[in-house]
Amino acid sequence: MAKKRVVTTTLNGNQTEFLCEPRQTLLEVLRDNLDLTGTKEGCSNGNCGACTVILNGRPVDSCLVLAVEAEGATLRTIEGVATAAGLDPIQKAFLEGAALQCGICTPGFIMQSEWFLSQNPKPTEDEIRFNLAGNLCRCTGYDKIVRSVQDAATTWQDHYMKNCHEKGCH
Amino acid sequence: MATANKYKVIGTRPVRHDGVDKVTGRARYGADTKIQGMLYSAMLRSPHAHAKIKRLDTSKAEKLPGVRAVVTAKDLPDPGTRIAQLGEGAVCMAHLTRNVLAREKVLYKGHAIAAVAADNIHIAEEAVKLIEIEYEPLPVLLDVREAMKPSAIVLNDDVRCEEVGAGTTGSTPTNVAKHFHFEKGNVADGFAKAKVVVEREFVTGTVHQGYIEPHAATATWNPDGRVTIWCCTQGSFTVRQQCSELLGVPLGHIKVVPTEIGGGFGGKISVYLEPVAAALSKKSGKPVKLVMDRAAVLEATGPTPASYMKVKIGVDGDGKITAGTAYMAFDAGAFPGSPIGMAAMCAFACYDVPNGSVDGYDVCVNKPRTNAYRAPGATNGAFAVESVIDEICEKLKLDPLEFRAKNAAKEGTRRVDGPVFPRIGMWETVDYLKKSEHYSTPLPKPKFGGKVGRGVASGFWFNCGLKSAAFATVNTDGSVSLSLGTTDIGGSRASIAMQLAETLGLTATDINPNVVDTDAVGYNDVTGGSRVTFATGIAAYEAGEDIKRQMVQRAAVLWDVDPSQVSYDVATASLIGPGKNITFKALAEQVNHCGGPVIGRGFSSEANQGGSFGTHCVDVEVDPDTGKTQILRYTISQDVGTAVHPSYVEGQLQGGVVQGIGWALNEEYWYDDKGVMRNASYLDYRIPTIYDVPMIDTILVEVPDPEHPFGVRGVGEVPIVPPPAAVANAIANAVGVRMEKLPMSPPNLLKEILAGK
Ligand code: FES
Ligand code: FES
Repeated sequence: MAKKRVVTTTLNGNQTEFLCEPRQTLLEVLRDNLDLTGTKEGCSNGNCGACTVILNGRPVDSCLVLAVEAEGATLRTIEGVATAAGLDPIQKAFLEGAALQCGICTPGFIMQSEWFLSQNPKPTEDEIRFNLAGNLCRCTGYDKIVRSVQDAATTWQDHYMKNCHEKGCH
Repeated sequence: MATANKYKVIGTRPVRHDGVDKVTGRARYGADTKIQGMLYSAMLRSPHAHAKIKRLDTSKAEKLPGVRAVVTAKDLPDPGTRIAQLGEGAVCMAHLTRNVLAREKVLYKGHAIAAVAADNIHIAEEAVKLIEIEYEPLPVLLDVREAMKPSAIVLNDDVRCEEVGAGTTGSTPTNVAKHFHFEKGNVADGFAKAKVVVEREFVTGTVHQGYIEPHAATATWNPDGRVTIWCCTQGSFTVRQQCSELLGVPLGHIKVVPTEIGGGFGGKISVYLEPVAAALSKKSGKPVKLVMDRAAVLEATGPTPASYMKVKIGVDGDGKITAGTAYMAFDAGAFPGSPIGMAAMCAFACYDVPNGSVDGYDVCVNKPRTNAYRAPGATNGAFAVESVIDEICEKLKLDPLEFRAKNAAKEGTRRVDGPVFPRIGMWETVDYLKKSEHYSTPLPKPKFGGKVGRGVASGFWFNCGLKSAAFATVNTDGSVSLSLGTTDIGGSRASIAMQLAETLGLTATDINPNVVDTDAVGYNDVTGGSRVTFATGIAAYEAGEDIKRQMVQRAAVLWDVDPSQVSYDVATASLIGPGKNITFKALAEQVNHCGGPVIGRGFSSEANQGGSFGTHCVDVEVDPDTGKTQILRYTISQDVGTAVHPSYVEGQLQGGVVQGIGWALNEEYWYDDKGVMRNASYLDYRIPTIYDVPMIDTILVEVPDPEHPFGVRGVGEVPIVPPPAAVANAIANAVGVRMEKLPMSPPNLLKEILAGK
């Protein structure tokens, strides 16, 4: 077993250090070492998107990233999306639009959608579908997910253009 | 539709109670369980699809530092030949225990053989590689028709063919575990009256439920012999029962704590990991967590059967069905128990078939033991029957919806397998679809330069009742806490809470629904059979009625009058007495001082559902050069009884349709001749992505089920039944090729297109 490493990150706005083995994925460390189980594991090989987190302003499948690669990185997980002030607009839209059934895919969809809206606050349906195609949902048939992202986009355009900068989406 | 006005809460769209936890990542699913001092574990799985286990030696694995326990089948008691009644039917324990951990033989690739618990998952995985095992490979059987031949090697030498109906059982070992035969009228006479008779053969591949959450179980075996199991299951009570049987532990010594569940669709009813985690905990003395990876989920849980079917239907000059026959052979996987019986009963259920017969066979092959998948068995049958009907409509130049309206099963129609339908909405689903904007609009122009076509198909699923129980306690602020024992797989907490709110005249947010463990509520059957909103809804309604009675008594104590002088007014949620009234909330504040806490209880035991029907319409565009089919537009019309929470009802319909589209166009296990699944990942077992499908339009037809106080019908399963047939019919309409094989993937379809040229 290789020696453990100390990794320093900014995780959901806080400086966070953790100890990990070089073979551990970021997903494993988030879930098992740091107890941040909101990031889900559906396949552990980059095919389902349930493990999506934002790493240095870009969405990644955390099952495909080694934890040691996060040294010095800014990380954002589902646990960092809602604040003391309440839910994020995309979370609200998913709730009100019934965009989840079992909910296991939801954290991944929310991370990907929030990032996507920060890049493209006025997307077409086709653009939404194209940009969420790496996230699998087996329950909803996707209809209400698309509509909820559309709702979030029309209702909260300003939010995504302004706030996402501050939250480190970019 | 009427519902919205008839009720105060039912028919509205409140935010679900468990929603915030699920959009913030706080909800705990199966793999999120963490217990102090917990070990992680991994399993040894068979690389062979069929082999004898000659030698199994775990000593090297046991010696690896950090390994705390290794278990094999020897650590589970041998149940002998016992048949156990496990809620949903009789289960042969010899088969169940051998599926959990193989004994003499492995019967499919991925079959679990041993498990290791260690300080972390990496040590456990390393230790698995140190287990020494020797196999003697045996011939591999993958095809039902091959497995039915008398010359075929027999997988399980204890299996004899049971002739269901005749009540006889064969005397020699066989792969054919069951034969169902149903008959009605005189088939030969029926066909003699037909103007057109069409007979076709169909094959479908193995498909998986594809839930995104892999199976996970965590167990602690305490020194006093008490076991606690946390798992993502569709039925905590059936897990308790199965584990009690498999581990030889009294039922009352096992507590099952259901976590949130990330999808199931029928695949999370049977146990796989739970007894193994418990055995590892017993041996190590520590809590143990066991989680499957995606390949294990595909290779070693319970997909739905591949099938071979032959269907023949005759129709007279008036467009009325005169006779129909179906032969259906389903692969059960390694052990008997495919849903062939239900498939046989569903086959012709949409129609009034005066003369018919159905033969169904349950056949063992070297694949994982199949399990339920959303309306189990009905989709295979509908693919065959609805395709033949479409061909007949084409031959007779009949509008396929007119044909369905004319032949639709109605209240009083007797199914080929015997039962007579109560009030059902088959005809209405056709009628609504016929009047829909989609069906009355001409086909769209091709979007991608291909050929467009439209198809329709119908489907039936029983929906069951079974048992549910619920408790509800009134809090002093007038809210009501509701304890449920049916896991919430897609919004049932909300739909049940809404029924309790409706019963009491409260709002959905006044109710706090919780899914609790097996020690905290009465017995509940599984979340399956589209039964929870129906049956647990009845339990909640009964608990509400019980609360009303008690609130009446409390008000009587408060006012010092006879309870007969007090009534509960649902419209205002208040108690009315002689010249007095008090709101539910105000009385709730005082109940502890005027009679004591109010605890309502309710259950559903006898109620059964009338069944659910759907009729679908799809427009496709086929690229004749590649065989790729794109779904352009989809409309589903379904009898939903009463839509309790219309958003989640629509969601069930949309989700079922998209699973059906995946089954139609892409999904299938690719086995090589050694029985190895070559596409055991989401990359290669490709379920539909958001980019593959359009919006799914829903028409909620509400024909209330008289068996339920609010007319609720289960809605979850039947939406998957028609899509493969509807898409096949649309493809035929587009390119003139009738697909008799699923999936209708680009290579499969292109082959037929080229053959037709
Ligand atoms: S778990 Fe990372 S993509 Fe599926
Ligand atoms: S809601 Fe279950 S997988 Fe998306």
